[in-house]
Amino acid sequence: MAGKIRIRAQLDGDTCEVKALMRHPMETGLRKDQAGEPIPANYIEEVTVTHNDKVVMHGYWGAAVSANPFLGVRFAGGEAGDKVTVSWRGNTGETGEGETTIR
Amino acid sequence: MPNSRIINVAACLVATVMLTGPAHADEAGIFDEYRAMFGDDNPAIFVIEEGEEFWFASQGPKQATLEACDLGLGPGVVDGAYARLPRYFEDVDRVMDVEARLRFCMEELQGRTPEEVDDRPYSLRGDLGTEMEALVAWLAEKSRDLPIAPGQEHDKEREAYSLGEAVFYYRAGPHDFSCATCHGQEGMRIRLQALPDLTTHEGAAVAYSGWPAYRISEGVVRTMGWRMRACFRQQRFPLLDMGSDVTVALQTYLAVTAAGAPMAAPGLKR
Repeated sequence: MAGKIRIRAQLDGDTCEVKALMRHPMETGLRKDQAGEPIPANYIEEVTVTHNDKVVMHGYWGAAVSANPFLGVRFAGGEAGDKVTVSWRGNTGETGEGETTIR
Repeated sequence: MPNSRIINVAACLVATVMLTGPAHADEAGIFDEYRAMFGDDNPAIFVIEEGEEFWFASQGPKQATLEACDLGLGPGVVDGAYARLPRYFEDVDRVMDVEARLRFCMEELQGRTPEEVDDRPYSLRGDLGTEMEALVAWLAEKSRDLPIAPGQEHDKEREAYSLGEAVFYYRAGPHDFSCATCHGQEGMRIRLQALPDLTTHEGAAVAYSGWPAYRISEGVVRTMGWRMRACFRQQRFPLLDMGSDVTVALQTYLAVTAAGAPMAAPGLKR
């Protein structure tokens, strides 16, 4: 399920509330496995939320964010049926994205 | 300048004292405050979606879905089924909790092996959630607000209750612990966690109705079966098998003590 983002976008008055769950291990690179070998860093570096292809949130994350990050964000505007996407890019170059419509 | 710096330091000290003061006085309330900050935000809403997808997914050698699975209210009936578990199932002549029943359906309907189903029912460190956790989260959601009503008509259901009660008070292991050691008194806590008194209806209702739950510190949904296994581990007891008679008995004991209270799962826990 890695890479897939589950999203809900719901209107609350004149703002739209977006909630998203990203399945990601968010390995810091500082931990060791049971054999004592370092576990390579693997975390989300960049997160973008768009509304009808317009960026409404863009952020830089790092190793301090928990595994399976849960993102909540509100933006002004938006109407039922509009497209909302959430995407991330990891330090390994891996990407993930999800799409939903506002309800 | 030096004067203002001193004042700043003093202000910081006062602020520190004010912040730590009430925290120590009211430790039980801290997590309630934290949870309140989450509002309606429970990541479990997405695990529920996954669970629904698993239910309708063709899997195993028979490439079958779980749609024909009988959780006690008839094949395929999921609304309200969770709140009526654990209960006696005639086709296997034993009492089952939701996990034991799901495992049975996976094996019977989908032809999956016990080894595969039992391999990793609960997430280990670094896992992103399991099929069992997702299915249980979805089924619990389908019983939200319904009264907890485990079966107690059949002899085996009453036997399960008695066994569960006996296990609850059974002291053993290197720490000479029982479930009741932690969960048999009012108003106790371990570290910062308030411990519910599971021998009372109120305590059991709060505990039973809130599982499965999204566990913030672990980033996954945990089930009641996992909670039982974790308690056994903390007591340094042998590994508690998913869906075993002992875990079913303990859950029956809890569910009967909590009976009548509305289900509120999937909940949100520390």
